[in-house]
Amino acid sequence: MPRDADFFSREVAAPATPRPRTRGWPGARAVAVRSLPWLVPAVLLALWEIGAASGAISPQILPGPGDVISGFWSVSQTGELWNDLGISTARALGGLAIGGSIGFALGILNGMSPLSAKLLDTTLQMIRNVPILALIPLAILWFGIGESAKLFLIALGVFFPVYFNTYHGIRHVDAGLVEMARAYRLSGAELFRRVIFPGALPSILVGLRYALGIMWLVLIVAEMVSASSGIGYMTMNARDDMQTNIVVLGILIYALLGKLADLIAHAIEKRALRWHPNFHPKS
Amino acid sequence: MSATTAAGAAITLWGVQKSFGATAVLRDISLHVEAGAFVTIIGQSGCGKSTLLRLLAGLDTPDHGELHLDDQPLANAQADARLMFQEPRLLPWASVLDNIGLGLTGDWRARAQDLLREVGLETRAGDWPAALSGGQKQRVALARALAARPRLLLMDEPLGALDALTRLAMQALITRIWQVQKFTAVLVTHDVHEAVTLGDHVILLERGRIAQTWRINQPRPRETGNPDLAATEAAILRRLLQSETV
Repeated sequence: MPRDADFFSREVAAPATPRPRTRGWPGARAVAVRSLPWLVPAVLLALWEIGAASGAISPQILPGPGDVISGFWSVSQTGELWNDLGISTARALGGLAIGGSIGFALGILNGMSPLSAKLLDTTLQMIRNVPILALIPLAILWFGIGESAKLFLIALGVFFPVYFNTYHGIRHVDAGLVEMARAYRLSGAELFRRVIFPGALPSILVGLRYALGIMWLVLIVAEMVSASSGIGYMTMNARDDMQTNIVVLGILIYALLGKLADLIAHAIEKRALRWHPNFHPKS
Repeated sequence: MSATTAAGAAITLWGVQKSFGATAVLRDISLHVEAGAFVTIIGQSGCGKSTLLRLLAGLDTPDHGELHLDDQPLANAQADARLMFQEPRLLPWASVLDNIGLGLTGDWRARAQDLLREVGLETRAGDWPAALSGGQKQRVALARALAARPRLLLMDEPLGALDALTRLAMQALITRIWQVQKFTAVLVTHDVHEAVTLGDHVILLERGRIAQTWRINQPRPRETGNPDLAATEAAILRRLLQSETV
């Protein structure tokens, strides 16, 4: 199914007979359909503002949008926000790079070598069943509350989706294509580069997308439990000072960062899988 | 296109046997095919025809017996053979042109373009395989098989999944290219009409043995409805039906 918003809106916005109301306004329906996903957030925002302004919602429970915006101004003016944001991002990407590359390498190793898979896969499956957040106390004991504990947790968290999807992707490359490539004298690195890796790539990118979700989750919890910087720390600190508006701001920032990561992953998918009929509606 | 480097290889098999587990698939196949001939192999499902083709392609090795291309054991000469599968098996992530160049080194692009023109798809070089029809994909697979200038072209029912008209066009295309390039061709098919339209020789395999062979001495291009061809086709069909009831 084509996923991009353009295609979807074209499908929906092309009724055989336009209704009288939209006649002479050819783009109106398309614009309306395109803005549809933002309708619910806009209504929620309006209700939130009305509720806060009328006093129906206590500012201690949920400060109004205006309060959150002014909170944003104050922490961004002091530089605190940008500093914490930079630290959180560096942790997230560092953990992703470490855990992702180990997961990718082991996934390829086990996917290509049945011996290695036999040796390692069962162990990895067992470790996977431990909830990652249950390891936080252990990580603090091992690494203290420094950067290594957080990098360790994030790396471990992203390792599994990358590993399993890489392994799975390589194991399920179309055997007919591999046989064909061997019959056409491809072997070794050439076979991997031209047939096995591209065949596994859709699955690997699914793993990356999962990994990005886990990355934020683990980062937030780790920063809330043990940190002296980062968005999670900023949020917990604000809670201690009863600055509910900053707490809400932190949550909104996480939502935005998660969405941003998802958009980047989707852009990578669209580029790397442009041969795939799903990303290629013209056929 | 120059035909100088693509002249055919003679095939010789002596006492070739192949089993999978306890099942003997090929029992004692001996066969000689002269260079440049077009041989079609027919037989019931499970008679061993695809296995024979896979042995010739070097994808499997025989348990007993020998296979030679010209004077060399097949293992030394495998680079000269190319196989077309039942399905096109194009790499979906490579362009049509890159698919044709698969496994080639050096400057193959000009030749790949020539071949693409030969199979009538010169405008589709940059397309993804997903954008092609089934017949077009099989034509790309044919161009890919020919790109390495094989001296032996092996075809495992490559036209089986195509509609009747596309099939006829493909048969004509294969015949035309074979006449120009003069490689040796071995086609496995379950379609007797296709076998007599394309082959110089038709070989009937039955339970892993060569049961009968026919020589087809009709000039090409062969017209549908030619009475001699029709008679041969009927004779082969009768023989096939017999083998079914044995």
